[in-house]
Amino acid sequence: MPFIPHTPDDVAQMLGAIGAKKIDDLFDEIPKDLRIESLAGIPEALNEMQIGRLMSARAAQDGTPLNFIGAGAYEHHIPSAVWAVTTRGEFYSAYTPYQAEASQGTLQLIYEYQTMISSLTGMEVSNASLYDGGSAVAEAALMAIRAHRKSRSQRVLVPTTLHPNYRKTAVATTGGQGVRFEEIACPKGVLSVADLAKYQGEDIAALVIQQPNFFGVLEDVDALTDWAHANNIMVIASVNPTSLGILKPPGEWGTKGADIACGDCQPLGVPLSSGGPYAGFLTTKMEYVRQMPGRIVGRTVDTNGKQGFALTLQAREQHIRRGKATSNICTNQGLLVTAATIYLSLLGPEGLGRVANECHRNTQELVAALTRVKGVKLAFERPRFHEAVLLLDRPVAPVLVELARRGVVGGHDLSVDYPELGNALLVCATETRTAADIKAYADALAETLKAAVRAA
Amino acid sequence: MSNIPADLKYTKSHEWVRTLANGNVEIGITDHAQGALGDLVFVEVPEAGKALKAGDAFAVVESVKAASDVYAPIAGSVLEGNPSLTGAPELINSEPYGAGWIARMKPNGAPAGLLSAAEYQAHLAAEG
Repeated sequence: MPFIPHTPDDVAQMLGAIGAKKIDDLFDEIPKDLRIESLAGIPEALNEMQIGRLMSARAAQDGTPLNFIGAGAYEHHIPSAVWAVTTRGEFYSAYTPYQAEASQGTLQLIYEYQTMISSLTGMEVSNASLYDGGSAVAEAALMAIRAHRKSRSQRVLVPTTLHPNYRKTAVATTGGQGVRFEEIACPKGVLSVADLAKYQGEDIAALVIQQPNFFGVLEDVDALTDWAHANNIMVIASVNPTSLGILKPPGEWGTKGADIACGDCQPLGVPLSSGGPYAGFLTTKMEYVRQMPGRIVGRTVDTNGKQGFALTLQAREQHIRRGKATSNICTNQGLLVTAATIYLSLLGPEGLGRVANECHRNTQELVAALTRVKGVKLAFERPRFHEAVLLLDRPVAPVLVELARRGVVGGHDLSVDYPELGNALLVCATETRTAADIKAYADALAETLKAAVRAA
Repeated sequence: MSNIPADLKYTKSHEWVRTLANGNVEIGITDHAQGALGDLVFVEVPEAGKALKAGDAFAVVESVKAASDVYAPIAGSVLEGNPSLTGAPELINSEPYGAGWIARMKPNGAPAGLLSAAEYQAHLAAEG
């Protein structure tokens, strides 16, 4: 059955009305060499029955292994109410509620999301969300460059302790606009003020600090924030929202707090789903609110004095300001925001704190159990949240394959993005991992390493 | 009918320029421009010391319905942005040629290429 309602006659009439001969004419401003007839590697279309069968078979390949990978996306318990409410017809859309009179429920939900995220980060204002944690860093960098009153620099400092995918996303999104991301190597697993000394007094727009950083290690955010502000550099915090159940919020870093705080909402009720979709959050101080990209919902009163909600501060968005808009990627991830809001409202500050503490405790136990295995060492002996870098006595990739065969997804191999660390493996244990899970991993790792020695 | 003082110079993009006794200039947007924008809610004024070419966007005026750039009518450097506009952007609506000035500049040479009041009046009539 055709899903496109236009008949050939409809199409001919519409083309006739604008004076075009065929649909291709509508795309003639795209140079020929940029157009392709078909996508290599994409097979012919399958019908619904075939595709259903294929996808079921692919999904079955995942099995139900014990998962110890974090690296930016975390397996947390999601209370059943989260998606039962999120998928109700009244909420089941990701689209921007422009029509306030028909969207009070969605607008109120986004307003409450903004309130929760602001409170969690200790910042004054939140937008209605972005695509994900990586695009949030990119938007935060552009925003800092616009908002910096005393600098016209397009330089942004990024330590290698920031998620490698976030760095790649930021470069890909903003490189064409002249933004220069300068990477600072962090061989000790953290960024230190000493690493920044060579930038003292230079004209730089912003410094990005991830907390906890990509290695799970806690950065000295107070000292780094104060150093940046003393050098007229804005601070962009990239934070894990779960960790804010127990860690100091970016709004309180150093003397003045971070200027922009962003991150990924995935840990808040969003399933891993093979990598997405997730949602990004972005918060800032009121003094920079007009440079904030994306939608913002405000609370107001109607002519009868009753509370109502509406999109606000839209004058700088793309439908009004076109090419000069604060961002041209400003959709919000409404559905995932709905899930995050319900998740946070079910847990509350106390529940989120308990989740964060459990994650931390389980990771400490995981590190203790795994480093008791012969051939395994801890890389960075520092305070951490719920991830840690382990060093193996042999290449990581074959070990992970062998662990998967034993039903354990053993972690994220760092050798691709951080070859300088050697045979490094990033592991994570959230609140979902039990003592038995951790023992199962340690046993599987011990057997794997022993078996490989015998094979050699 | 919008107010167009005879002693000021104008641009086609609706800025006005007043030459001060010391040779510096004061810049704002015209009565016509503020009327078209409606109630202003925010003004981003330039930082002192900023060097500008004629035609550079140097300030942003934001109403509830639009944010528009304000262009430098002449080349020069910014002496100061109007600090009062931070807390009271509506000064541009109430006194576009007085307390609602946006910036003061030190011009590079004599201001050139500006419209007289009569020419600006004709430009508005032509824009319809």
